[in-house]
Amino acid sequence: MAQDNSMDGLAAAEIGPWPAGGLTRVPYWVFQREDVYAAEQQRIFQGPNWSYLCLDAEVPNPGDFRATSIGDTPVIVVRDGTGKINAFENRCSHRGALICLEEHGKGQRDFQCVYHGWSYDLAGKLTGIAFKNGVKGQGGMPKAFKLDDHHPRQVRLEALHGLVFGTLSDATPPLTDYIGPEIVPRVARVLAGKRPVVLNRVTQVLPNNWKLYIENVKDSYHASILHLFFTTFQLNQLSYKGGIVVSEAGGSHISYNQLDTKAAINKDYAAQQLRSDSKYKLADPSLLAGFHEWDDGITLQILSVFPTFVLQQIQNSIAVRRVVPRKPDETDLNWTIIGFDSDTPEQRMVRLKQANLIGPAGFISMEDGCVGGFVQRGVKSVPDANAVLEMGGHEAVSSESRVSEASIRGFWKQYRSTMGL
Amino acid sequence: MTDVYRLISQTQAEYARTIDNDKLEAWPDFFMDACTYRITSAQSHADGLEGGVVFCASKGMLTDRISALREANIFERHSYRHILGAPCILSENGDRVESETAFIVARIMRTGETAVFATGKYLDTYRVGGGKALIENRLVVCDSNRVDTLLVIPL
Repeated sequence: MAQDNSMDGLAAAEIGPWPAGGLTRVPYWVFQREDVYAAEQQRIFQGPNWSYLCLDAEVPNPGDFRATSIGDTPVIVVRDGTGKINAFENRCSHRGALICLEEHGKGQRDFQCVYHGWSYDLAGKLTGIAFKNGVKGQGGMPKAFKLDDHHPRQVRLEALHGLVFGTLSDATPPLTDYIGPEIVPRVARVLAGKRPVVLNRVTQVLPNNWKLYIENVKDSYHASILHLFFTTFQLNQLSYKGGIVVSEAGGSHISYNQLDTKAAINKDYAAQQLRSDSKYKLADPSLLAGFHEWDDGITLQILSVFPTFVLQQIQNSIAVRRVVPRKPDETDLNWTIIGFDSDTPEQRMVRLKQANLIGPAGFISMEDGCVGGFVQRGVKSVPDANAVLEMGGHEAVSSESRVSEASIRGFWKQYRSTMGL
Repeated sequence: MTDVYRLISQTQAEYARTIDNDKLEAWPDFFMDACTYRITSAQSHADGLEGGVVFCASKGMLTDRISALREANIFERHSYRHILGAPCILSENGDRVESETAFIVARIMRTGETAVFATGKYLDTYRVGGGKALIENRLVVCDSNRVDTLLVIPL
């Protein structure tokens, strides 16, 4: 079924106008309104964008499936008998019930809707209708009814280094073009040629609009201010260089820290590392005992793909985060924390320990779970007031400074062009 | 059996009371020096996933959880109220006792909002002796894999 990508009845004029100030002003109503949420579902999630669905490694064998979503649209991802991964809308063609009621499973031969027994193969084709020919010549579907006209909506899939993305639009550009040449190699450096092993999955329920979380992910300015774990325990004394990279379209980015090898051989440094004036020390510093995994010295890389995908490397802790809007003021943040099948037992233990840094109880990420709610509550009565995003200038371009809101401005650039705002 | 049951019941009541009364610095003392403490979900547990929302492999890591909570982490002030079920003793081998205990934890925000934050079960290994029971391993299996906002105070 072809997807209508034209703007629907929700004209931009009804939602806007966006305030003056280019990319440096964001009106608070964009985090609050039901009509904005509905328009986002149409224009962003059902529109020409790629949504991350799951890891290829999460459906390793024929018959393995996962229930996931593209925005509000429930989606089934399943590997068929030929080894190909398919995805289709998790909605019965008959009366719209969910076809699949499990989060994941294996050995599936087909899917059958519990309501009236309409059945679907692993390619998402409607293959059977209970009592199609009626009973004893009575009832049943009209002779002219064709199964082929009633397949569930197919999801176009592409995978990049084991990350499976899907889109409901025919107009979405190829995945690597969409992610951009600046960003694709940074996905590769974390995942290329490796087989992920899922270490944990957890969903963090955020009391805020999804875009407040995306802003937070792209906000390289807040990290050392809000997240005090490293500074309190004097764990970040090495001098880092780093920067941010913003995609051409704006909505995808990388922020990274890289060991400055010149500074690392500076003699002051050892002294700094041994500073003992902090009264706070880790009782068990093995929490942060890492292993050498990359030659580029990058100790932290946060990567996002518009609209809602995040790939994170913090030391040896690797996770993908799938952000799913639920309501204007509620968002699911789905964490999939991974290692690789090539990990030694010692390396695996490092990853398990370092996972304490991230997730809903993460030493350096728990604050991100509450700060969006502080904004959501803070701005409730002032929908027409604006956030100010001028740190690092007015543009949405890459920079070597992380004291910048350029990645956030980049998000709004792509958001506004996608939304027609 | 009766002594062990009483000992573990009393220890667990003290454990809950310590957390709910904000005596968090005393929380690691319920554990042996060589211990594990992990929070996971029923789904992750059933899937055999090794990781945890919290993953402590030593008593020192428990101590670090509390000092980070006190000194570093930012969150809105709140407290817990633990309601524990009766412990079910699963096995006794010498000084080693395995037990399972259901819990409900309500979270009380500074604003007064009170809600069920987590339900689940403790899967424990205790070492008993000298009139004391110390936790060797505590696996906290939450029934849901959804965590509202953040988890900072231990369960």
